[in-house]
Amino acid sequence: MLRKIRIILAAVFFIAITVMFLDPTGSVYKCFGWTAKLQFLPAVMGLNLVVIIITVIAALLFGRVYCSVICPLGVLQDVISNISGRRKGKKNRFTSSKEIKWLRYGVWVLFVAAIIFGVNAFVTVLAPYSAYGRIINGMKHPAIPTVIVAAVTLVVIAILSWKNGRTYCNTICPVGTTLSFFSRFAMFRPVIDTEKCKDCKVCEKRCKASCIDIAAHKVDYSRCVACFNCIDNCKFDALHYRFAWGKCSKAEAPAKAAEGEGADTGRRAFMTGTALAIGAAALKAQEVPKRDGGFAEILPKVSPERTELITPFGSKSVKDFYNRCTACQLCVSQCPNHILKPSTDLNHFMQPYMTYENGYCRPECTICSQVCPAGAIEPLTKEEKTSFHIGVAVLDRRLCVAHTDHIDCGNCARHCPTGAITMVTHHEGLPLIPAVDEAKCIGCGACENLCPARPISAIHVNGLSVHKQD
Amino acid sequence: MENKNISRRDFLKDVGIGTVALGAAAAGCAPKGSHKDDSQAGKMELRTNPATGDKVSLLGYGCMRWRMKRDENGRQVIDQENVNELVDYAMSYGVNYYDTSPAYLQGQSELAAGIALSRYPRKDYYIATKLSNFGVFSRQGTQDMYYKSFEQLQTDYFDYYLLHAIGRGGIPAFNERYVDNDIMSFLLAEREAGRIKQLGFSFHGMQNDFDDLMKLYDKYHWDFVQIEMNYMDWKHADPRQNTNAAYLYEELDKREIPITVMEPLLGGRLARVPENVSNLMKTRDPDASVASWAFRFVGSHPRVLTALSGMTYMENLVENVNTFSDFKPMNEEELEFMDQLAGLMAEYPMINCNNCQYCMPCPYGVDIPGIFMHYNSIVTEGKMPLSKDQREFRKLRRNYLTTYSKAIESLRQADHCIGCHQCIEHCPQSISIPEELQRIDQYIEKLKQDTL
Repeated sequence: MLRKIRIILAAVFFIAITVMFLDPTGSVYKCFGWTAKLQFLPAVMGLNLVVIIITVIAALLFGRVYCSVICPLGVLQDVISNISGRRKGKKNRFTSSKEIKWLRYGVWVLFVAAIIFGVNAFVTVLAPYSAYGRIINGMKHPAIPTVIVAAVTLVVIAILSWKNGRTYCNTICPVGTTLSFFSRFAMFRPVIDTEKCKDCKVCEKRCKASCIDIAAHKVDYSRCVACFNCIDNCKFDALHYRFAWGKCSKAEAPAKAAEGEGADTGRRAFMTGTALAIGAAALKAQEVPKRDGGFAEILPKVSPERTELITPFGSKSVKDFYNRCTACQLCVSQCPNHILKPSTDLNHFMQPYMTYENGYCRPECTICSQVCPAGAIEPLTKEEKTSFHIGVAVLDRRLCVAHTDHIDCGNCARHCPTGAITMVTHHEGLPLIPAVDEAKCIGCGACENLCPARPISAIHVNGLSVHKQD
Repeated sequence: MENKNISRRDFLKDVGIGTVALGAAAAGCAPKGSHKDDSQAGKMELRTNPATGDKVSLLGYGCMRWRMKRDENGRQVIDQENVNELVDYAMSYGVNYYDTSPAYLQGQSELAAGIALSRYPRKDYYIATKLSNFGVFSRQGTQDMYYKSFEQLQTDYFDYYLLHAIGRGGIPAFNERYVDNDIMSFLLAEREAGRIKQLGFSFHGMQNDFDDLMKLYDKYHWDFVQIEMNYMDWKHADPRQNTNAAYLYEELDKREIPITVMEPLLGGRLARVPENVSNLMKTRDPDASVASWAFRFVGSHPRVLTALSGMTYMENLVENVNTFSDFKPMNEEELEFMDQLAGLMAEYPMINCNNCQYCMPCPYGVDIPGIFMHYNSIVTEGKMPLSKDQREFRKLRRNYLTTYSKAIESLRQADHCIGCHQCIEHCPQSISIPEELQRIDQYIEKLKQDTL
């Protein structure tokens, strides 16, 4: 019974999160957004105390139910393990094993240190929910770096769960280890009734966490993920999920490292665009017969060299953003304007940055701030959004079609949502050229994206390391 | 292939045939024979050119709107197989006037028409092509264009030859393209030599531009004139840019100059009209298609030699052949009815774009006609979101934005128009293209930001 409830709940979370990531309409998050908000590591990074406390209390009460229900990577492992177990003779394939303490706590200590010292790549790669997000988003938007990282994660997870069930959760996963500090004191837990137990070891062989030792009639509650397989499979009614407070050896009370001082080092190394100004040249035909129809070939835009990264409206500062982001890719998958991309730079590995080659940050859109479970992008209203400044546009006059090719343009000024760009006289009798009022520019990138100069826009946005608010 | 014991050879043969049929179906048409039955066609209406005795079919084929497909290099090319099928059908039902230009369909129209038509005896069809020397004004360049048309069309004479789209810019523009470079006297000599049977021009412009060209009649003796004529342009041409067809028709009729008609259907806009208009049509005659009203209107004017329709799909062709076979001209009362409909249509704020593609390619990649067509279709359907108080505003707004992004890829949308104005001179309708695009862009911006 308990097992069935667990499976139903897990299915709800798993499907909701997956659908939300894959959703092309940008509306599913309104129904299922909470499933992402309940994820533990993002909540810790976002100092979302309500979620942290609920998760910890749940672990203290019921054990690591979180790992069996809420965590999509955990459920994914259950799915793979389940398929593996359907093979002939593999139903009872697990064996009891000892906790690999050095690895488990070693990884955990390194992980906490990585958070404190801002080694984001290490944090994001291990974060379980984010790893799952990357796997799904890698399928939705297959870009080389994400796909490689996602594929490696998926292969490792698949091999481990295929062979030994929840190995990852009990040796590597820092969230699993964190929750284990509480679950070992859980009030409700599976308890073996030694009177009834016939030592048949079915529970032990069915325990994907390998945490039941029938020889000693002991369960390692630090590794038990409260899946209830043992209870539902015991033919002798010897296992019960019941109140068992204080019947456990004491363990050192761990202190969860909170938000660190984050040493956000180094800027992203930017590709230096070598391409020259190709301000779409006038096609004024001279002895070239005019032919009707068809489309002019349009070169794809290339990212300009930015003096500072651009991070989303609501992220407050570049440093805050990268210290909190767990690289789950939910914002990347939901951005309707395709301006968020996972970084390949080691300092921000898989964490997103903004760039305006394929679109710009539309004034009416606040989806990334609504979905971010880690508080790296804080929720905003449309009205608040335009009061923030995340970057400043700068003009490279040499690339500007008005300045260089003397073509009347002004497309940047026409589309600036804050009226920060004015067209001014540069040379008498020549087309007006744009000038940016730094104080008004919010860094949305409308000018950069809609600039006709290709492949590098004549006007581009440099991020602000600390976002300003009016 | 019902026979299970089919031999390998038979199988391959059948598959081969099936593939051809499939290809044809995908092209929006079926092989020649299959449509014969659809048409209850009697005899194609023929009009006689009094000067030459040419018996011209009242339905002419405009070779400007054939389907393009991508070749293996991703370039757009005409689907020649499709063109051949269409021409075969047209020829078999008596359509014998084919109007093309060196500029049409990215410069491929003449060649495709030449390939399709040269399979028939030259005397069985009339070729009309044009001197489309936009941007090529030199004598040499213009003559090259003229000679190339012979090659492309595989012929040694043109039945009808037009100075392409003159009128706009008045006499100075005319002089620049045809007189200063001595092309006009060259063309007159060519007519003398019989390589041009009939010399005329196609007109777009204001009334005084037309009057000026008529004044040149004594000098050049225009054999025919091509005008934009349909029940909308009859009395409701945009007064800022164009001349009412009624005026043009009358002036030409007076001089007994044969008229060839372009845009009888306004690039398809008169095949898809607002609901109140189509209701009136269907109430009057439930069996007549919306488009047939437009064609019958044009055909009902006796000075019209032929009405050109740019038929893309076999369905259009079959329908039009039906309209123009055993042709029934409109009576006075029906013409009055069309006048009423035109009045109703004029209330709809459409953009005068007929999707002729002359403005394309936009150097900045904007899909100009695509954006206008989308806008017009929203207007026609009465689905324009106007204000938040409107009934079903949210639904209309969503509809506008989703259909827009589906119809036009983001790189080609109106927000990429920089206002360089290079398109302006190519538009036969003189639409203020950049201003219209920017107006639509601002409107869409308001829709997106929900500040309407």
